Amino acid sequence: MTVVYALYGVAALLALAPIAVFLGAAPRASSIIYGACLIIASGLGANALLALFGHADASGVTLPLGLPWLGSHLRIDPLAAFFLVVVNLGGAMASLFALGYGRHEETPQRVLPFYPAYLAGMNLVVLSADAFTFLVSWEFMSLTSWALVIAHHRDRENLRAGYVYLLMASFGTLALLLAFGLLAGSNGNYAFDSIRAAHPSAGLAALVLILVLVGTGSKAGVVPLHAWLPLAHPAAPSHVSALMSGVMTKVAVYGFIRIVFDLLGAPDWWWSILVLAVGGITAVMGVLYALMQNDLKRVLAYSTIENIGIIFAALGLALAFKAEGLFLAAALALTAGLFHVFNHSLFKSLLFFGAGAVLNATGERDMDHLGGLIHRMPKTAFVFLVGCAAISALPPLNGFVSEWLTFQAILLSPQLPSWGLKLMIPTVGALLALSAALAGACFVRAFGISFLGRPRTPAAASAHETDGLSLAAMFVLAVLCLIAGIVPGFFIDALAPVTQAVIGVNMPHQAGVQWLSIVPIAESRSSYNGLLVFVFVFLSGSIGAFAIHRFASDKSRRGPAWDCGYPDPSSITQYTASSFAQPIRRVFGTTVFRAREIGEMPPPGGMGPARLTVQVHDLIWEGLYVPIADLVGIAAERLNVLQFLTIRRYLSLVFAALILLLLVLAIWQ
Amino acid sequence: MHGLQFDVAHLLAGSLVLVSFVMLYQDRLYALLNVYALHALVLALSVAWQAFIQQAPHLYVTAAIALVFKAIVIPVVLHRIIVKLGIHREIETVVSVGLTMLGGIALVALSMVVMLRVTAGADPLAREDLAFALSVVLMGLLVMVTRRNAVGQVVGFMSLENGLVLAATGAKGMPLVVEISVAFSVLIAFIVIGIFLFRIRERFDTVDMQALDRFRGERR
Amino acid sequence: MIRDLALQGSEMLLVLLLSPLLTGFVRKVKARLLRRQGPPLLQPYRDLARLLRKDVVLAQNASWLFRAIPYIVFACTWVAASLVPTFSGGLLFSWSADLIAIIALIGSARFFQALAGLDVGTAFGGIGSSREVMIASLAEPAMLMIVFTLALIAGSTQLSTMAAFMSSSEVGLRVSLGLGLIALVMVAIAENARIPVDNPATHLELTMVHEAMVLEYSGRHLALIELSSFLKLLLYVSLIGCLFVPWGTATPDADARELLFGAGFYVGKLAVAGFLLAVFETSIAKMRVFRVPEFLGAALMLALLATLLRFVSGSF
Repeated sequence: MTVVYALYGVAALLALAPIAVFLGAAPRASSIIYGACLIIASGLGANALLALFGHADASGVTLPLGLPWLGSHLRIDPLAAFFLVVVNLGGAMASLFALGYGRHEETPQRVLPFYPAYLAGMNLVVLSADAFTFLVSWEFMSLTSWALVIAHHRDRENLRAGYVYLLMASFGTLALLLAFGLLAGSNGNYAFDSIRAAHPSAGLAALVLILVLVGTGSKAGVVPLHAWLPLAHPAAPSHVSALMSGVMTKVAVYGFIRIVFDLLGAPDWWWSILVLAVGGITAVMGVLYALMQNDLKRVLAYSTIENIGIIFAALGLALAFKAEGLFLAAALALTAGLFHVFNHSLFKSLLFFGAGAVLNATGERDMDHLGGLIHRMPKTAFVFLVGCAAISALPPLNGFVSEWLTFQAILLSPQLPSWGLKLMIPTVGALLALSAALAGACFVRAFGISFLGRPRTPAAASAHETDGLSLAAMFVLAVLCLIAGIVPGFFIDALAPVTQAVIGVNMPHQAGVQWLSIVPIAESRSSYNGLLVFVFVFLSGSIGAFAIHRFASDKSRRGPAWDCGYPDPSSITQYTASSFAQPIRRVFGTTVFRAREIGEMPPPGGMGPARLTVQVHDLIWEGLYVPIADLVGIAAERLNVLQFLTIRRYLSLVFAALILLLLVLAIWQ
Repeated sequence: MHGLQFDVAHLLAGSLVLVSFVMLYQDRLYALLNVYALHALVLALSVAWQAFIQQAPHLYVTAAIALVFKAIVIPVVLHRIIVKLGIHREIETVVSVGLTMLGGIALVALSMVVMLRVTAGADPLAREDLAFALSVVLMGLLVMVTRRNAVGQVVGFMSLENGLVLAATGAKGMPLVVEISVAFSVLIAFIVIGIFLFRIRERFDTVDMQALDRFRGERR
Repeated sequence: MIRDLALQGSEMLLVLLLSPLLTGFVRKVKARLLRRQGPPLLQPYRDLARLLRKDVVLAQNASWLFRAIPYIVFACTWVAASLVPTFSGGLLFSWSADLIAIIALIGSARFFQALAGLDVGTAFGGIGSSREVMIASLAEPAMLMIVFTLALIAGSTQLSTMAAFMSSSEVGLRVSLGLGLIALVMVAIAENARIPVDNPATHLELTMVHEAMVLEYSGRHLALIELSSFLKLLLYVSLIGCLFVPWGTATPDADARELLFGAGFYVGKLAVAGFLLAVFETSIAKMRVFRVPEFLGAALMLALLATLLRFVSGSF
């Protein structure tokens, strides 16, 4: 029954789209639409939670839509249920945020119709149980999010972002189309059940893996297919950015898990090497790119790329263990990856909401134009700080738990016999550790430059606090981050049916462990208790504060900043985002980005200013995308000749094509 | 063979790899020479320990040769050459230290994979020592490739030879004759290189390889 | 149960009380090596008492976060330090946070410390914070790889289990342990802001990292920050001690006499470590800021090599 309820919810969301068109730019339109989305998404999320906790029906529903001989299969199994929870929690929170934020939207008629359709599309992708429905919903999801990306179409940057997004999305869908075509075979068995039953040959499975990695990876933002993500995610309105980064990338991860873990059958050992390599490189490159950006939303978009890398690395580990038959370790690695999926959707949505609030309050996205916002927007600053601490994997919040679980899985991997894995896994572990440390640096920078310090522009100095509904959405997400960090055992148990369905075993039951610790493998090996760590830190801090205030002094007074005796009233002498990243840019960026600092001093006695130029090259864009674009341009130039042929030439082209097809038909049996 | 003897042999071979890493890290000539002296000292200790556990007294002679010749005589002579030639004391490396060390790790990983796969059935102590020895050889080559200064390249060559000696002693029963002939040929090569360095310095006033490259086309 | 609780509690108090003494000892030995008299051994206690009594002077635009951060840093560092075995193994709550969690707690303290540097909006704070996160971006991965190496040898990431394994006879003289020890010493020097990475006694902006971040703190806030850095030094020395010099640690079921012996051994280890640190700091010069990434990169490479060796073969 749960799948039927889910379909009702999706239908309701789809029905909201024409209602939004009808309402147009009416004053209460956004409240009505977002409120309805909030209610429907919450309902869908509760339904998915019910399905996850054991009330899922194994049989699905087949609707008479789509291909005539196939119909449209839809089903909720545990994997789909988990991802539906993620999608609808993100959707509900975004709708709640948009109830407050959407009031400031200038052209609501360009956003409102596509928003419910976008939510519906994402739900449908996860619900589909055959290739045709999957691909149609996938394209629908891409197109509605494209419409949302170019909603603010007056800005040329947004149009360019939409163009690149459309190109990459089409490319990804093409890869997935080829993959499903190969899987379904020449008989056209598109239903997932029949694909699962057919066992493809090793070569075919390898080709499908690569195509799926390209297709879902480009939607998730895997390096080097990530170029659209930092353009498109910031261009959309903030609640949509949160959905794209926090939720749509997870739908891509769902596609990867569904096809590679579920439909392809037993994996080969070398698949995991590919996925691990991709994950590790993506993680480090993502966070290094993030450290070079000054635009707050672009920092968050690149940080999404980093976290997707971490998720793919965990999935690669799970593949390696599964290929070797070490199913318990595979369950641990898969749980770590899925837990990170959940955590990332929480804190990335929270961070994007915060960035949206800042954008609303100041009109600025550039960190170099912000500063001192902690005084003007204290509540927003507090929840944004919780988000930054969570994404930097600080205990006792949730980011640390998924990172800890991933490291425990890495420590299990010396049992794997393959030499390639023996060398790849410690390297990937080092890359993950490096990306975690750099992520901490990135978010100290993001929070510190935007919210702390002194305001750098009048816009920042006159910011106002966010409205109550948006704050409520952020606050709920912050509380969820804390809960997931303190009692992770419940979440690990909730993931047990998923790993049971995908791998065949699940992790040891966590709810019974004393004091609410988590023990992923065995007590003698490792355990972690988030609640106790939280209690200890809280108690030590409180005891310290109380003792000092009671027995020592508790007086304080204000004065000018010490600054070694040279206080400067001008706020431009404090560190900017670019200067904060300078040491890291010099250490890592010199090789990775060919970063150069060029200082030009005026001659002695000259009156001109000194100039400092920082050059950073995106080597992937310059080395991969620009040559391909140039090639396409050259090919188009050559093919342009076809526009100017005579009628006789056109006729001969048609004739030649016909002869060719008949020849092929004659030769190929 | 297992137990403490195994572990100490491994520890000494691993220390040799560690000192090779330290050699990759150096960018001053005198420090490079000191690290090379340490390299030869650790080699002497390792060979002496092998002599102890294999009960092969001729290896003690090898250890003594390594100690006297390579740890004392050669660094002192190179030091005096540097002073005499007045070579600028800082070595410019071709690539940054970070990338060189990354290359060092990749070389160690490569030699691990090669040695442990190729010698799958042999004695475990010998295999792993051979893997370490191959790493030292490869890192000596890396030192030669990434230094601009001729003296730096000579030191890389000598550390490569140390790796070869480690490999030979690890595989049981290297006869003394081989060691003496290898050491002798290295000595000859060394003297020849020293003479060449003096002549090059006389003629071109520098031993920087990049500067010397400019003169190659002048014969036209 | 009561005994275990008492042991854990006395451990927490011991680290709190001993840490200023360790720093005082290091300063005294450094001064003596430089042929100065140096401050008295108990001077850090007097400094803390003096700072606690004074009023706090806050910058005009310091926020609530600035005032809260010293307590957060102190709490994280104290909890982390209490979970490292000092004179006795088998702490009661050691199962609640393993070595990865302890490292992450130190990382939390550093995260908030770096935020404090940016809060007042001066250039000094920015220098300190940006350099600190650069150092952390290499020191933390190196530390994690060391943890991996140790966990692969000892079979667990729990610090008590690791310490017990290291003091048993099953561990041999392993290459990866040697590499791990060297890398750990390098990381410990970097994390505690010691020469050659940072000068703990400097007040020149070009040479500051840690001092620049805490430049605006005064009074009880500065006392807490100083105490946290004392605790961090003690934590790292105890960590090296319990993992690589484990002899003399009392076992979890020891009686009072063995515990006293264990405490005596522990103080002895602290003295030796402090002496070695002072000698090391006096004999070399501080590195240029951009040589520090090469130094820490070498530590990361050594730790990565150690982990690789453990993955490749069980006898390394």
